[in-house]
Amino acid sequence: MRGRAGNSVEAEMAGAEGEDSLYPIAVLIDELRNEDVQLRLNSIKKLSTIALALGVERTRTELIPFLTDTIYDEDEVLLALAEQLGNFTMLVGGPEYVHCLLPPLESLATVEETVVRDKAVESLRKISQEHSPVDLEVHFEPLVKRLASGDWFTSRTSACGLFSVCYPRVSNTVKAEIRQHFRTLCSDETPMVRRAAASKLGEFAKVLELDYVKSDIIPLFTALASDEQDSVRLLAVEACVSIATLLPQEDLETLVMSTLRQAAEDKSWRVRYMVADKFSELQKAVGPEITKNDLVPAFQNLLKDCEAEVRAAAANKVKEFCENLPEDSRETLIMSHVLPCVKELVSDTNQHVKSALASVIMGLSTILGKDNTVEHLLPLFLVQLKDECPEVRLNIISNLDCVNEVIGIRQLSQSLLPAIVELAEDAKWRVRLAIIEYMPLLAGQLGVEFFDEKLNSLCMAWLVDHVYAIREAATCNLMKLVEKFGAEWAQNTIVPKVLGMSNDPNYLHRMTTLFCIKALSEACGQEITTKHMLPVVLKMSNDQVANVRFNVAKCLQKIGPVIDSNALQAEVKPVLEKLATDQDMDVKYFAQEAISGIFSLPLFRVFLLDFTFTLNFVPMMSRNEYRF
Amino acid sequence: CYPWAGSRLSRDSVALRRTPWSRPPPADAGGTRWVLEEIDNRKINNSFLRDHNYATEADIISTVEFNSTGELLATGDKGGRVVVFQREQESKNQPHRRGEYNVYSTFQSHEPEFDYLKSLEIEEKINKIRWLPQQNAAYFLLSTNDKTVKLWKISERDKRPEGYNLKDEDGRIRDPSTITSLRVPVLRPMDLMVEATPRRVFSNGHTYHINSISVNSDYETYMSTDDLRINLWHLEITNRSFNIVDIKPANMEELTEVITAAEFHPHQCNTFVYSSSKGSIRLCDMRAAALCDNHSKFFEEPEDPSNRSFFSEIISSISDVKFSHSGRYLMTRDYLTVKVWDLNMESKPLETYQVHDYLRSKLCSLYENDCIFDKFECVWNGSDSVIMTGSYNNFFRMFDRNTKRDVTLEASRENSKPRAILKPRKVCVGGKRRKDEISVDSLDFSKKILHTTWHPSENIIAVAATNNLYIFQDKVN
Repeated sequence: MRGRAGNSVEAEMAGAEGEDSLYPIAVLIDELRNEDVQLRLNSIKKLSTIALALGVERTRTELIPFLTDTIYDEDEVLLALAEQLGNFTMLVGGPEYVHCLLPPLESLATVEETVVRDKAVESLRKISQEHSPVDLEVHFEPLVKRLASGDWFTSRTSACGLFSVCYPRVSNTVKAEIRQHFRTLCSDETPMVRRAAASKLGEFAKVLELDYVKSDIIPLFTALASDEQDSVRLLAVEACVSIATLLPQEDLETLVMSTLRQAAEDKSWRVRYMVADKFSELQKAVGPEITKNDLVPAFQNLLKDCEAEVRAAAANKVKEFCENLPEDSRETLIMSHVLPCVKELVSDTNQHVKSALASVIMGLSTILGKDNTVEHLLPLFLVQLKDECPEVRLNIISNLDCVNEVIGIRQLSQSLLPAIVELAEDAKWRVRLAIIEYMPLLAGQLGVEFFDEKLNSLCMAWLVDHVYAIREAATCNLMKLVEKFGAEWAQNTIVPKVLGMSNDPNYLHRMTTLFCIKALSEACGQEITTKHMLPVVLKMSNDQVANVRFNVAKCLQKIGPVIDSNALQAEVKPVLEKLATDQDMDVKYFAQEAISGIFSLPLFRVFLLDFTFTLNFVPMMSRNEYRF
Repeated sequence: CYPWAGSRLSRDSVALRRTPWSRPPPADAGGTRWVLEEIDNRKINNSFLRDHNYATEADIISTVEFNSTGELLATGDKGGRVVVFQREQESKNQPHRRGEYNVYSTFQSHEPEFDYLKSLEIEEKINKIRWLPQQNAAYFLLSTNDKTVKLWKISERDKRPEGYNLKDEDGRIRDPSTITSLRVPVLRPMDLMVEATPRRVFSNGHTYHINSISVNSDYETYMSTDDLRINLWHLEITNRSFNIVDIKPANMEELTEVITAAEFHPHQCNTFVYSSSKGSIRLCDMRAAALCDNHSKFFEEPEDPSNRSFFSEIISSISDVKFSHSGRYLMTRDYLTVKVWDLNMESKPLETYQVHDYLRSKLCSLYENDCIFDKFECVWNGSDSVIMTGSYNNFFRMFDRNTKRDVTLEASRENSKPRAILKPRKVCVGGKRRKDEISVDSLDFSKKILHTTWHPSENIIAVAATNNLYIFQDKVN
């Protein structure tokens, strides 16, 4: 509300005078055409308020015609308008009058901005459900036809999304017309429209009678799948999934498979990429028999594709594909067909491919069982763990839990550890940061014993890293470890080391102690905090570096709630009071903040109700003036 | 700095000269007789100024382009402005007025900028304009300077909302207490207003200077080309582009070749070509791989050793490459010739036309005055049967591919009256100069025609001669 000038201020004043005033509505209406986009947007978002005030009659006869011509506006305003109109049925007088919302949505469905068009189509689909069957044929279906035969491809693309909502509810003659219109759009001269049609093909097929799917949709599908534009062909792959689900198993081979096979070997890598990307869906749609005979070789080819993008997409699907193979032949198929390709991918020249594989390869172990994992997969994991690309190694490490379940972590640990140590000491701090983020997960997988033995020292080393982001992540990591392993473990292993750093000559390390205490206090609980940590913090209040001192104040404020109240009054308060008279301005400030934070209880809290448009005339107050 | 920058002109704000037809002259060598309709860029841009007699650097036209129907014609200039012309609608009582182009919209597309990181000035000069296929009642074009491509929408508005609740028609605030009923604004017709609004700004995609943009036939992507790289953009996404060609060597001292122009195939969305400063053209297939560093076809004419000179490499540099409308042929322009290539024959061009071979003996002085680095463009006519390209002395050349006839025409106010038939010009090569001929030595090298465009279906051409735009059309009786 701040920063709003002119009318709004007046609105507030007027509102204060009388609540029945038309003034706020008048303001909203006038702001529909304000120079400031933000105010227009604001008004459009409160269109329901305006309509309510105008009543259904005037909304239909005045507001809607005005909105129909408002298509010159900024995209964000049009987007909001398109969305509002989808919820406007009651405001124009209920389902009986819903058709008067069609004209504005029709003009919005032809603007050049895709997001606006899509929103308009979404709203049209929504209100189509509110049309009676008669109205649907009298008002809605003609609109679809108009859009479908529009001069500009924007209107024709919008039409593609509307066929499926009106088809099920119209008479057979109209149905035939709709099918004809869809056919025409599928062979439109502009690729934009063909793309729109191809992307709605699956959806449209779902509402068609099975006979028409076979007689109408299949030829369209075949045509789109061999379109000259690869941007159209690749959308046909998506449609293939829905169409294959609709058809009975015995028809798949004759009606769909040749097209699918062709797509998997398309000249354009983008189409093959799409096949790889949709592989799991395709696999489910065509069923186990075709998968065995057709999809397995196709998948092999995709894994060996000459374009790295395709290989990466296929590699991403390895686990899902293997999981969904028919159970009776799963293991043989994987061992004889998939695994050889996977082995090659492990040493692929492209790091995106390797990293895609690394993110799923561990999942194969659960499918193949212990023996195969040890014999075949483990060597691959180890190769990837030593990969030169850190992302690959990270992907392996972050999925260790699935292998853990199958073969136990001991087996992996021998080779795992060097890789982790190497990453932990990587020269790039972002790599170190990433590995720290996996530490709690790893710790959980490896168990306390192994962690103490091998990884604890690493975690402590990060606390004194020369990059702040690493130190910060390391403290956060400690907190998560304590949450996992418990306060007792913390007291024995971590706390002594952390507290030891309070005597470090480097003030940055001394501050790290404070940060750690701040992070750990809650997880460690009252006893450890009061007994072990608090004395150290208090001692540090005499530090010669001001940064340390004000961090003491901040730390005390944070851990205050965890400390028992006697210690608070007896020990903490005097220290903070002393810091509050410190010669350094920042120390003083934070000490005072801490004192008021710990020792003064909030008296009351103000909860704000959510004001709708009435926000305009909350007298003399803005939201910002409420402070919690 | 331009007081008129971004101002909106209504359709009829600039009057156009209309002159009667002149007597029919003999047919020219190209088989077509051309008549003039001329537009002075200074008048358009400086229509607020009185003095029409000087042209500033900013007025120099730097690109000219018809849209896909030929109804609109856009020019860009060194001052970063775009002027769009619209063809006069056919009217029964004045049939001959059909074909005249009037100013439809002018707007400031690019402003001068400064790259503080590299301490470089970024000129506002419009390097290229490309129209998008029409998608609704509005028109869209891409314009680019050295670094930034912008998508502009040119639309018409003929209605205006009227009626406020809180103020009168003349803007006086009403007393709030008098408001007893609500008014919904009503739209009323008004004078047609043409607006140009920037829809997208595609920036930060190029380290070097953008020389070409080309819209893909899938209507969804376009590419922008600089000296060393080609980027692919989605027309709706401004924060991401894909680099598809990168010829930058690891060590810039090893640089021997730069990209000079690039264009998408008119129908095959996966095919594009780019030309190089070494005189070769590479055709790439985007289906084969995401990165197109490896070409699928390589067009180059083996050099004739007998013609080899110090200038060979400079004059073989290709300044423009264009697909024919059919998609079957490629046309390239180098300094002295224009060549037509068949996509199916990589070894040598199908046809080679000499644009101004008489300059071969003057290369030395052309090198000294930098003219040898001029980048001439070339265009096809609608049926791919005639090609056109520019030369010096405000001459431009046309070559009829079927009859093998060629013609030199001149775009100038002094020598051609509006609605008069253009006379073919001749440059005298040998010793004796005939009447009507011009000797090579008297050619004016500061008057160059670099940018031309041909109506997609009719014989209408637009020729940019420094700050003047000449529109010629064939004579219909």
